[in-house]
Amino acid sequence: MSTTQETTFQGKIDKGLKIEPRDWMPDKYRTHLIRQISQHAHSEVIGMQPEGNWITRAPSLRAKMVLIAKVQDEAGHGLYLYSACETLGITRDELISQLHTGKAKYSNIFNYPTLTWADIGAIGWLVDGAAIVNQQSLRGTSYGPYSRAMIRICKEESFHQRQGYEIMSKMANGTPEQQEMAQDALDRWWWPSLMMFGPHDLDSAHTSNAMNWKIKRETNDELRQLFVDRSVKQADLIGLKIPDPDLKWNQETRHYEFGEIDWDEFWKVINGDGFCNKERLNNHTTAHTKGQWVREAALAYAEKRNNGVNHE
Amino acid sequence: MADSTLYKYVLSLGDDALVSAQRLAQWTYKAPFLEEDIALSNISLDLFGRANLYLEYAAELKGGNTTADHLAFKRNERQFTNLLICEHPNGNFADTNVRNLFLDTFHKLFLEKLVESKDKQLAAIAEKARKENSYHFRHSSSWVIRLGDGTKESNSKVQTALNNLWMFTGELFEMNKVDLEMSSQKIGVDREALKPQWKSIITDVLTEATLNIPEDVFMTSGGRDGIHTEHLGHLLSDMQYLQRAYPNAAW
Repeated sequence: MSTTQETTFQGKIDKGLKIEPRDWMPDKYRTHLIRQISQHAHSEVIGMQPEGNWITRAPSLRAKMVLIAKVQDEAGHGLYLYSACETLGITRDELISQLHTGKAKYSNIFNYPTLTWADIGAIGWLVDGAAIVNQQSLRGTSYGPYSRAMIRICKEESFHQRQGYEIMSKMANGTPEQQEMAQDALDRWWWPSLMMFGPHDLDSAHTSNAMNWKIKRETNDELRQLFVDRSVKQADLIGLKIPDPDLKWNQETRHYEFGEIDWDEFWKVINGDGFCNKERLNNHTTAHTKGQWVREAALAYAEKRNNGVNHE
Repeated sequence: MADSTLYKYVLSLGDDALVSAQRLAQWTYKAPFLEEDIALSNISLDLFGRANLYLEYAAELKGGNTTADHLAFKRNERQFTNLLICEHPNGNFADTNVRNLFLDTFHKLFLEKLVESKDKQLAAIAEKARKENSYHFRHSSSWVIRLGDGTKESNSKVQTALNNLWMFTGELFEMNKVDLEMSSQKIGVDREALKPQWKSIITDVLTEATLNIPEDVFMTSGGRDGIHTEHLGHLLSDMQYLQRAYPNAAW
């Protein structure tokens, strides 16, 4: 019985059809998706912090409006993704509690601090740039609600990426102090951005099933390469230098070769010992706890209204 | 040349919007749940947009090289003329919504009059702001009602917020020399005349929320003359930091 179901399921995927919430799916497919989509949702939400850190200090009225709109978009993305995840039979409360207990992860990149205004440029340009590469690939993912969320999100992310690049470009062409900030931001965000694609394919625990099920459409290394090729050209264009002595163009492969990522650092941050891990989680937990009485009040109010209607 | 009355008038409206927007922006990622993060940042964004329109107009009236960013980032505490309620710290979720309710209700009435201004530019800004404000009012009034008629705890928190903020509401209706002149020229609005209607809307909301209208107390004021609470200086030093630290940079 279950073999037939599994064959039908894999058949649909092989034909490029989408799996929908009510379709039969293997438990492992469901678990994989919950892990991946919730991690994605939490990343959007935790990602509001490093950028939110600069909203009140953004240096012009326009910059402020752009940044608020961007952080607001991220909250919106978090919402679509939580909803997509809920179609797999888990509640948002459960997802948030998994975040708070550390069972669910979010992208490592947000455990780095935003120290100058150029960091806001670097996040938009590199972090959103890396996210787009990943998300564009995920538009073709096999789970329907996830794929549809990605299509919506991609439209907004490319706007974010352009805004970030614009900040960097202005600063790279600005005063000597601004140029220094821009290069410093690139130096600090470059390697963590490359780490956003995850471990090498050979070391990735989740790649093989995810590829068979077409949850992932391209491997970590393929996507990382695409990102490097794009970003090197963009850095050249504004006169910034990628902090990698091994970086060079390979005429044969038509790709840039780049140096080895510091995987010790990657695993250290994933396992909780990054610069801002504790603070990011603590901020989220605090806001959630402080909001408890508000959520209770809204619920009590709604219940009173429902009871009122029943009595009439 | 001395600043024109119209400039001072437009600037004060811009300062109200700017300082309120900056306050609300401080809620980012701290709201009780994600939908509220979106709602509060949305309102903040509208208010920055409104501030930008007023300040661009003020800059144009001031002339020379003045820009909206100049006015926002290069003036000191004593030169800011926003009403004190705008700079009041966010406090908890009830405090923020009560502050918003007082302001949104006021703007509901104020902007309805300002759209009739003889000054075309002010009328156009008011027209845009009026639409946004009706959403802001729905947001703040529905939260005050929900919190008031929610749990005992939320009722007590929102009542405390009302009692604490009441002393800042008198200033909304004060008419200084600038207001009087602008109002007599049919450019500005008679703020004082809005008070009965404001009180009546607030009374309706609070009644539905099972909350008590605070008793009239000492009403504080001074914002329009640049006499502020100590909170404004901190808000500005945060907001103006980059422009002040790197005066020759463009961003």
